[in-house]
This record gives sequence, structure tokens and C-alpha cells, in this order.
Amino acid sequence: MSNDILVLAENPGGELADTTFELLGKAKELASSLGGQVIAALFGTPELAQNLGAADVVITMEHPSLAHYNPEAYEKALTKVVQERQPRLVLLATTTLGLDLAAALSVTWDAPLVSYVVGLDIEGSTIVATAQIYGGKLMAETAIEADKGICTVIAGSFSADLGKSTGSPNIEQMDPPSELDNEKISCVNLSRPEAGGIDITTADMLVSVGRGIQSEDNLEIVQELADAMGVPLSSSRPIIDQGWLPKPHQVGKSGLKVKPKVYLMFGISGAPEHLEGMRDAELIIACNTDESAPIFDVAHYGTTVDLFDLVPALVDKVQG
Amino acid sequence: MHIIVPMKQIPDLVEELEVDSEGTDIDREYLKFVSNEYDEQALEEALLIKESTGAEITVVGLDEEDIDQTLYTAIAKGADKAVKLTGTGDGWVDTHTRADILASWLSGQSFDLILTGVQAVDDLDGQLATLLGARLGIPHAAVVVEVQPKDDKVTVRQEFSAGMAIEQEISLPAIVGIQAARQAPRYAPITRIRQAMQSGGLEEVAANTESAGSGLSIRRLYLPEKAGHAEMIDGSPEDVADKILELIRSKGLLK
Repeated sequence: MSNDILVLAENPGGELADTTFELLGKAKELASSLGGQVIAALFGTPELAQNLGAADVVITMEHPSLAHYNPEAYEKALTKVVQERQPRLVLLATTTLGLDLAAALSVTWDAPLVSYVVGLDIEGSTIVATAQIYGGKLMAETAIEADKGICTVIAGSFSADLGKSTGSPNIEQMDPPSELDNEKISCVNLSRPEAGGIDITTADMLVSVGRGIQSEDNLEIVQELADAMGVPLSSSRPIIDQGWLPKPHQVGKSGLKVKPKVYLMFGISGAPEHLEGMRDAELIIACNTDESAPIFDVAHYGTTVDLFDLVPALVDKVQG
Repeated sequence: MHIIVPMKQIPDLVEELEVDSEGTDIDREYLKFVSNEYDEQALEEALLIKESTGAEITVVGLDEEDIDQTLYTAIAKGADKAVKLTGTGDGWVDTHTRADILASWLSGQSFDLILTGVQAVDDLDGQLATLLGARLGIPHAAVVVEVQPKDDKVTVRQEFSAGMAIEQEISLPAIVGIQAARQAPRYAPITRIRQAMQSGGLEEVAANTESAGSGLSIRRLYLPEKAGHAEMIDGSPEDVADKILELIRSKGLLK
């Protein structure tokens, strides 16, 4: 077993994800205190290796099954890299790739996994991972006492700056595993959101609504406020899942990342999924009747006044 | 086609969570437990497949607080069979152990597809669909929002960040972690749930709880330290509205 930290470079859309740089930055810090190297594993797109300057080694692997993201092919490829290099710790992001691969690697490599990690420290030779569970209501401090481990890290937990540092890593091409030729999964189509229509990412201000709105009919009142203010209406994931608003309105990990001057939110509790998409807004004002809602730890201003009283009052005043 | 939907109970997060005296688990005594919302999405997707293909659905859960309610509700919604695996204890069951318990039971079942929630609020050591897929050695995919069966395959739509999606074609048997069903989970009238409860029919099977577990040790469970807290605006709705508009205008907006 080594003291190396291995990061899976994430590239499902053909470019490197922000989270990859966040992980590389943290890996650099951990590897330097453990006396190991930072290894980045990059599948299918070897041309991106030059952007992984923060790593000491970039392992590339190419195969037709790795040309587009395929959970089964990636699992086999990652398992091979990890078995050959035996790192101390493997870092993935809590993304679709992380949810597909980390737990599987925990089986194929027989290593413990901590999900939803927001903090990583080293105590002696033990890696201590702090995770956010129960929708962000509790933190779990876990010790990885085994000589190897896996973590999936929540986006935004670590700074990407250090991970974007330039360098000249050794690029090693690894042969794909032999079992990579008869996959039971094949990628048949990749689609991106259609252009046109509403664009919540360029608005100076958003009125955003969550589960607290209770019913589709009630959406009318927040839509009225958004219209009165002349800003788009956005939402958290449950509203989209219910089919109450179309996908381009969704802020969050699986939706869009927004950074408006003002983010005015109603009935959103502040699950990590949502926070990931809006925590960089300049001014966050949250309305939620649950005074212990995690959103109040992120918002600049908050109120527990019922949205069904507050929104009409706002509409009256804006309409003058 | 036989679809199995593993379901689990999680604490109702509307309630205040407290840490137990050991400091490593939540205090479960007075907590209300509800069905994992992602499992409800998985059940809905299974029901949609049943409607289009006539598939048979079995729901399965560990004997956790109020699991009967969840399983009977699933029957009221259209599941054909419900199984409760007993003897799994009262505390937190980590996902590695849960996957082993389910894998052991599944070894005696024939199935084509397993649909379950993509994650749960307490799956600290990994997500069930992926772990179970790896344990069973069958293909798996997470963060799925649509499952369309075709012959001995399914096509699933996997979601990625920024609205990107990939359709993967998967040979059966397979396991899929559902993020959201094609439509919102249906509602089961209370009378139908009561009816299902009165007719009984929950099959109870003793669980094989042999498992090496997650290999993780939780040292401490604690409330997050507040890095900062919002400045709270109190008063009547009108007062609060005035203050909010003043804040927005301070950013040069809504002139």
C-alpha cells in the first residue's frame, strides 16, 4: 500500500468538471502530509491530461467503451488502476460518476467508503473524513482505519485553486482491462439541455421556490411575485420532480449553478443538492417557517414569516 | 418481467434530530420514520413499467420502524407482493450490511430488474443500488430518471450536472438507482391502504444478517457548527417585506 492519493478526473461532457480540480487541490495537500503522490485517472480523453498539472502522475486509458461515460466500463477501468497502484485514498465527487462508481469500488477493491464528505484531515496515519448526512442536519466524523479508503466529496467543499496549479505530471498510458470488451451496458445517446427559453444563469435576481409551496396551484403566488419583480422563477429539485416546473428552472447539483446578485428563496430548506447550485449568490434572502432549516446557515438574511403571508405582502409593495 | 423494489425507512427530517448518549448514532426513540422518498420514486417507475408491460412488482424492506405502512402502501398503489426481512435489529443498518442482507434474500429469487432509490439521507457508507449491483455482479446505473424496457434490456436515462443526460442500454438482470420517476409518485387513498393492511399478506422472511459491514467507524455525530447564520428579520409580513425590498434595492435592483 502506498501513501498516494488517487483522483478520478471527471469528464462526462468531454471537459473536466470543476470538482476534479477541487479534489486535486485537496489530494495535493493530503499527499504532501502523507509523503505520497497525487495520481489522476483519466479515461477516454487523453488530450485533457495537460490540464491536470496539479497531479504528479496522470494515468490515461483508452478504449471504445470509455469514449463516452459508461458506468460498467468505468468501474472496470477504475478497479484496474486502483488495484495496480494501490493508493491510500481514492477521491471521487458526489456526482453521478461518484454515485455509480465509489460504492462499486468499495466492493471490487474491498475498501471502506465514506460518502458526502466535506472535510478531510490526517491524524497520525489515520484519515479522518467528515461527512454531511441527514440532509445536512448532522455531521459524521469517521475514521478510515484501514490502510485504504474511498471518499465521495460534496462539490464546493474544497477550493479548486490549488488543483488548478500548473505542473508537468508524468503521463502514463495504462492498457484497458481485458474484460472491457463485452459490456452489458452501452451508451446510446448523450444530450445537452436545449438552448433557448428561460436562462436562470444570467439573471441578476431570482425568485426561487421549494417544497414549502406545498402544491402546484400555490406556485401562482410566487410566479406573480417573480413577474412583478421582472425576474425569472427558479426552484429546487422537488418542484421539478413533481413536474410543477420544467427542468431549465432547476437550481442545484443536478440542475444549474447560479450566481445572481440577489437570490430570494421561499420554502427551500437548503439540502446540499440545492446549496451547491446557489451558495455563491451575492445576497441570499431565505424565507422558511422552520427556524432550524439548514438554509439559514447559508443565507445572509432570513425570516420565518409564512411565505403565504409574506409573498402577497411583497407583491402589493412591488406593484405599489 | 419481475421487478423488485427494495424500500427503506428514514427519519422524518421535519423533526429535530438528536444524537444519542454514545454520540455515534441518532436518538431513534421518539423519532418518526418515513419511507425514503427516492424509493417512492423507484416504486412509481416500477408501477409505470407494470402499466405498460404487465410486469410483476415485489417490494421488500427490512423490519424497520413503520415499514409495514410503507409496504402496504406500495401494495395499495399496485405492487403485487411485499416481503419483510425480519431480525435486522433496531438501530442504523449501514448500506454494506443492508446490501448483504438483500443479496442473500435475492439469491433465492428470480428477477429481471431491481429499482431502488438512488440514495438515502443516511447512506454514509455508499448507495444501495451500486453496492448491491457490485455484490450481485450485475450491471448497475445511478441517478436515473427514466427506465424503458425493451426485450431483455432496459434503456435508462442518467442525469449529469448542468442538465446533461446520457441514455444507457443495459442487459437484464440489472439494478437501477432512481433519482426521479417519469411522473410524480401516485397517491394511495387511505381506504385502499387500510384494505391492504386488513387483508394482510406481508410475507415475513428471517433475514440472513451475516455481513462484514462497512468497515467504517463513526467517531462522532454532531450538529454542524454554524459557520455563520442569517440575520433574521422579524415582524409582521409587511415589515419583513419592506426590509426585504430595501435589501434588494441596496443591490441596485428593482428601482
